[in-house]
Amino acid sequence: MKWFRKPSSAPLWQDEFPVFTAGERYVSRRQFSKFLTLTSFGMLVGNLWILARSLFYRPPSYPRVPVAAADELAVGGVKLFTYPTAQDPCILVRTGSDSYVAYSQKCTHLSCAVYYAKEQNRLECPCHQGFFSVADGSVLQGPPQRALPRVALDLEGGQLVAAGMEGAGA
Amino acid sequence: MNTGPPQNRGLTAIDGAMVLIVVLLIVQIWLLSATLESYLAGHREAAMPGAIISGILFAACLALYRFVDRIDSEVRKG
Repeated sequence: MKWFRKPSSAPLWQDEFPVFTAGERYVSRRQFSKFLTLTSFGMLVGNLWILARSLFYRPPSYPRVPVAAADELAVGGVKLFTYPTAQDPCILVRTGSDSYVAYSQKCTHLSCAVYYAKEQNRLECPCHQGFFSVADGSVLQGPPQRALPRVALDLEGGQLVAAGMEGAGA
Repeated sequence: MNTGPPQNRGLTAIDGAMVLIVVLLIVQIWLLSATLESYLAGHREAAMPGAIISGILFAACLALYRFVDRIDSEVRKG
């Protein structure tokens, strides 16, 4: 099988702009195939970019930030805060007398802010009805594919301290 | 079986190759989105197999494009 195009004695413009309609059918198909193959190359570049990011990944260091006093919230109560930067909204929920959970407030679908629905005991995204488990942040229903990144909490002297993020890729 | 003139047979072969390229491209787009979702969820171990399979799919697309190019060259120039 020959892999390369037969060398042509005709000028390039005759290859790309045929005089006859029959030839035009070939050229349009060949050019469309070239476009599709270049798109395939773009997909490969995307995968290689993800691979490079994975190979050179360095775990970020997170600051320790006091979030709330342990007795500040009633059971089922919610507090909004930002962590690790002021541009990252998070939600803290007191799920029991001595249990607290905190998650990134950005829905993993399209970054709408999730809220805590106390009656259903779940986190809900109002934009596209994405529901997350309040126990571990996993997806219960809706378009999101990934769980909410979880904020690691420590209890220090009656203070809840944010100490890191779990499940936050990139 | 296409027993028409050689020009039409060439077109049929090119159409078949194009359909295969489109199918491979759809798989590759799905693969990229799945790898990205996995990476963003913190599962970085999926990146290597994703890149390898994407490379294989691109090589197959390139081979099919070479095929289309060769048929085009052979049929139109005799």
